[in-house]
Amino acid sequence: MTPRQVARRLAYTAFMAVVLAFFAVPMLWLASAPFDSDPGLGLRWPDWTLTNWQVTFEHPYALSSLVNSVVLCVVATAVTTVFATLAAYTLSRVRIPGRDALLYVLLLLSSVVTGTAAMVPIFVMMFQLGLTNSQYATGLVIAGGLLPAAIFILKDFVDSVPRSYEESARVFGASPTQVLLHVVLPVARPGIATILVWAFVQAWGNFLLPFLLMRDVSSQPAAVLLRTLRDEGGSANLTVIPVFSLLYAIPVVALYLFVSKRYGFRFHGGIKA
Amino acid sequence: MVDAPPARRTGRARDTAGIGVARAVTFVSPALVLIGLFLVFPALWTIYIGITDYTLTGTASVAPKIVGLGNFVEALDDALFGNALWLTLVFVLGSAVIGQNFLGFALAWLLRGARPALRRVVESLVLMSWILPSVVVAYLWIALLDRDGGTLGALIGSPGTAWLVEYPMASLVVFNTWRGTAFSMLLYSSALAAVPPSQLETARSVGASGWQTVRDVVFPHIRGHVLTNTLLISLWTANDFGPFLLTAGGPNHASETLPVFIYQQAVPSGRLGYAAAVSVLLLLVNLVVSAVYLLLLRKRS
Repeated sequence: MTPRQVARRLAYTAFMAVVLAFFAVPMLWLASAPFDSDPGLGLRWPDWTLTNWQVTFEHPYALSSLVNSVVLCVVATAVTTVFATLAAYTLSRVRIPGRDALLYVLLLLSSVVTGTAAMVPIFVMMFQLGLTNSQYATGLVIAGGLLPAAIFILKDFVDSVPRSYEESARVFGASPTQVLLHVVLPVARPGIATILVWAFVQAWGNFLLPFLLMRDVSSQPAAVLLRTLRDEGGSANLTVIPVFSLLYAIPVVALYLFVSKRYGFRFHGGIKA
Repeated sequence: MVDAPPARRTGRARDTAGIGVARAVTFVSPALVLIGLFLVFPALWTIYIGITDYTLTGTASVAPKIVGLGNFVEALDDALFGNALWLTLVFVLGSAVIGQNFLGFALAWLLRGARPALRRVVESLVLMSWILPSVVVAYLWIALLDRDGGTLGALIGSPGTAWLVEYPMASLVVFNTWRGTAFSMLLYSSALAAVPPSQLETARSVGASGWQTVRDVVFPHIRGHVLTNTLLISLWTANDFGPFLLTAGGPNHASETLPVFIYQQAVPSGRLGYAAAVSVLLLLVNLVVSAVYLLLLRKRS
């Protein structure tokens, strides 16, 4: 190897080491603090104990907030996936004038308006309708923000399903609903799975909308409760926070591991230049 | 269905699946209703609330008056709004346009030829930082940057620096680079797969350096991807509520980006009309950024 190549090799290794440390170090706390008998903000080899877990399970709202999160998340994910599938299929097969322009405008609107910019009207609207503190209503609001992107991505998938499949099913007398259920859905399954996982991760981690709309502590999902654990009495509740963070993060991590093992986690040409 | 056959007859050429008008409307409307209710309507209503003196409590909460452009004039005069706009710009430029873009590209470029094990580990960590819930991630960084016993202080051997208090914006920029690089990395990996290997081979055989190869061979192929990526991450970062979870805008407004400013005005201060007007201004900035992007994209083709 020439000196130049050696220098290159060294620079490459150093860069990768720095990147690995940069991304890994913040996450180590989540592995050590939940099991430490005296959890602090710093990182150290834990003095192993499971007391923190017991304290967390005894916290009056910890477990119920996870249940609230599940309800909210299931509503948002199911509504997004089902409605987006129906809409994407129809928009892919029936040509409506101005369809593509409409989809682009909605997509742009959803990436610009969701959350912060629409904070005031969404808060006022739900407040006046008396729908604050409802997991179902908050789930629907989240779904409304996710739908444009979901339809956009799914339509790409359905567009790639050959129409001849549906035509032959029609020739053999299948009804349009049967065609959708037995021909289109199985072929578009990877796309639908993508949307399902994406909507779940988005709804599970969403903080702003539940924070605005769920003012009552017994109906708050995990995202909001975890935040309030810090404000209680001014200082952080370091016995409960690490364990609860880990519990709350596990579904997303498990989903990621499942997806990356099964499908590989990358973009499949869905995003075009 | 009684009305399906005529619909199918008139639209046969365009409706191969035989969905029919009635069914098409039934399939599309649930999604459109939700989008209309929770996206389009709030967007329009923001403009209306923005021209009133609506508040959360007090007399103006019962009977808000229309004040025209008063809120907008006030915002443009408000030093705190100017501060928030400037901090948002710093946040977007520092963490999205520079941080995520460059780190994401560097990772995609350097990991192409890496050993599969190394590649898997790096990609998993980067992706994990992207998909973990934002509240959890905020705690991870609060623990990392804390003054007493924070991991960073211990690592570099100088405890006692309260990073989030002394350098709030720099902390947020580094944090958001960590948080969002995964998207750019994924997008650039799939873009790089489209660069013809023969051209990379040619570049290597004439002895081009890595930087020359990226600039003259790779960049022309992925220019569209760079634009798309930069637009998306800029919009997401400008509207990100993450800074609230780390610093809540403090200390003394030093890290109060526009989304945090809007929240502080709307809920704790209860000035809904003013907050809505600022939202409209944020929307306008977003639209200008998108328009510039569309112009650049059109110029390319």
